[in-house]
Amino acid sequence: MSTVDDHRLAALGRQDAVLRISEAEAEAPAVVDPDDERMIINMGPQHPSTHGVLRITMELQGEVVTRSKPVIGYLHTGMEKTAEDLTFLQGPTNVTRMDYASPLFTELAFSLAVEELLEVEIPDRATWIRMLMCELNRMSSHLLFLATNGMDLGAVGMMIYGWREREEVLRFFEKVTGLRMNHNYIRPGGVAADLPDGWQQDLEQILAILPSRLEEFDVLMTGQPIWRDRTQGIGVLTTDEAIALGATGPLLRSTGYAWDLRRAMPYLAYDEVDFDIVVGTYGDTFDRYAIRLNEIRESMRIVEQCIDMMPAGPYRAEDRKVTPPPRARIDESMEALIHHFKIFTEGYKVPAGEVYCPVESPRGELACYMVSDGGSKPHRMHIRAPSFVNLQTLPYLVQGGLLADAIAVISSIDPIMGEVDR
Amino acid sequence: MADISDLKRKIGLGDDGLAGLGHSVFTAPIADLVKWARRRSLMPATFGLACCAIEMMATGTAHYDMARYGMETFRASPRQADLMIVAGRVSQKMAPVLRQIYDQMMEPKWVISMGVCASSGGMFNNYAIVQGVDQVVPVDMYAPGCPPGPETLLHAILALHEKIRTGELSERRATTGGGAGFVLDAAQATDAQPEPVIIRTGGR
Amino acid sequence: MSDPQDAAETGEDHTGPELLHGVPMSSSRGQVVLHPGADAYLGLMADLLSDGYTMCVDLCGVDYLGAVDRRLPAGVTAERYEVVVNLLDLEGRRRIRVRVQVAATDPALPTITPMYPGAEAMEREAMDMFGIVFEGHPDPTRILLPEDWEGHPLRKDYAMGRIPVQFKAVEGR
Repeated sequence: MSTVDDHRLAALGRQDAVLRISEAEAEAPAVVDPDDERMIINMGPQHPSTHGVLRITMELQGEVVTRSKPVIGYLHTGMEKTAEDLTFLQGPTNVTRMDYASPLFTELAFSLAVEELLEVEIPDRATWIRMLMCELNRMSSHLLFLATNGMDLGAVGMMIYGWREREEVLRFFEKVTGLRMNHNYIRPGGVAADLPDGWQQDLEQILAILPSRLEEFDVLMTGQPIWRDRTQGIGVLTTDEAIALGATGPLLRSTGYAWDLRRAMPYLAYDEVDFDIVVGTYGDTFDRYAIRLNEIRESMRIVEQCIDMMPAGPYRAEDRKVTPPPRARIDESMEALIHHFKIFTEGYKVPAGEVYCPVESPRGELACYMVSDGGSKPHRMHIRAPSFVNLQTLPYLVQGGLLADAIAVISSIDPIMGEVDR
Repeated sequence: MADISDLKRKIGLGDDGLAGLGHSVFTAPIADLVKWARRRSLMPATFGLACCAIEMMATGTAHYDMARYGMETFRASPRQADLMIVAGRVSQKMAPVLRQIYDQMMEPKWVISMGVCASSGGMFNNYAIVQGVDQVVPVDMYAPGCPPGPETLLHAILALHEKIRTGELSERRATTGGGAGFVLDAAQATDAQPEPVIIRTGGR
Repeated sequence: MSDPQDAAETGEDHTGPELLHGVPMSSSRGQVVLHPGADAYLGLMADLLSDGYTMCVDLCGVDYLGAVDRRLPAGVTAERYEVVVNLLDLEGRRRIRVRVQVAATDPALPTITPMYPGAEAMEREAMDMFGIVFEGHPDPTRILLPEDWEGHPLRKDYAMGRIPVQFKAVEGR
């Protein structure tokens, strides 16, 4: 039997970064030493720079952060418990509200898990529509990141620019799915509705205006000395630390390790499209910003290819036991009416089993671990949220840095508290 | 002190404070001025919790632009804010924080409950979510939607402006915790189709 | 008896007596699953770490109260709780799943945070939601719920906590 390794991070030279004390201790330190300049402060949960309700207890020595700990749970919604009470068709409405900046990815992970348990085949068009919508969602999520990251670091104009671009994508989403956010569009069996007529022209319009706007961001931020001074060398993470802590997504790629599930373990139709993985060099805040900016460009490439290569066919599996029949058929056929009724009230039964389905969300590896007991509701539905795990790198990233840099670092991790707390 | 309250009563201020301004013909225009100033420069406190926060930010940025109503300055400090837009689901852990922020705000203050989760718990009727933020703070305007689009939030804001303009909401609440108290006709709640309440915005 | 590795590739579910790293294994929808006992768990994780599974992507608990039918290989006694660990080998591009049975009375398991520091928050969540104690955990406090909360919500005997929906008739004015 092998011996248990020493603490893996201590072996990497990183230790004593997490402030593991209870709430009571944080409020009233036991020993008050007048010569000790250390002070424990609390940041959040209501604070403009914490990307949602994230609370951080920090131990400061002057302006330098020595230890810290993210305190979460302020948005705990009991979604995993709720999921055990909703049928598999209702499931995406629940999980979509976890990562509300990129809701289609969570819907996708859930739907892929259910489809794997059902062992149902999804038509090609549904797969490509999913891929198209997910890449557009990646773009809108990264634009949100650029906007909030810019604002956190003082480039308030970036907030306006980022949202201006995001509105274009949201307008397309509203046209296709009916909603700007939390779409409930990707469902087990395919997607909820086909792409409307004229979608290629709409997307080509978006793709025509975005490149010049992204160059504006380059001028506003990438090349700008203040931006570089504030982000380069701040919040450095190494590959070994990232892997030990389970960090994925831009956090891991910024360290120089090219890990992207779309390339390493392809799902949907990512092995049929051509795109590059954007990788950083130093693992600092600037790298994470630049990676996300360039990932928008790569997503645009994928969207272009989707426009060209979109297959024809049905947009959802034809299995009537799983996907509801078209509304028109309900008036004509008794069988269709019964199927519709059963699917929307009782729900379809999914064979017993367990699956783990990962996808590459804008924040990292997002996966759904689902256990079915053969009934119409999941026995256990667990979402592996990338922000929940990525947030563990926070104490290590801010250790030794200034308090002002902590804001930049939190922003560069890009956590979405909805999926952290679920 | 007796002299001053005598004087106050003579010019119409009385003991009603600012609400009493409207009683006298000399001070009514001042009351209107105060109400105009209050509604034209509401400063929201940043209380974005979940998905609704994203739509609130969208309302504040260029396409929908709250700045035309004087509201683009989101104040981080509750001491400097007078409108709290509770945007998102309030969990059990967050409820005391919400109340603390509300208490730190100075009068006059208003609360918009944005989204169904803040208004009633939304789709999350479970152990973790407070079923309606009005269990914790008094709410003046409820904006439904999941999430409410920026247009819905703007409608709620303008309706609030209207309420401030007509003076319905400028009175201090008799006891802390009293809600805005809009009456819903019992008949409307059951069978009869409720009359749509059209709030005409764009007053003076 | 077909090789579970092959069954994993074809995607069939399979529970056989084969052992991997000395532990019963099965395959579930194309994924190799290992079923160690609670005492073999820590040793197995160390073996897997040295085998190249450098990242712990997910650790969660499952409550099987209610005699839910689940297929386990021979020699594995089903308990009420299960802790499921998903590991990832980035260099080798493979995944593996570990399912440990945890008893209903005094559920406990050793912590893997020395080997996989990323599991710290995940184990705290399992402690919070299921009440499974991870011995040796550096910070065994609640993570998602308030510190003074009683009960473990994701257990099957914990109610949803819903309130009866009613139309609130607002009084006054």
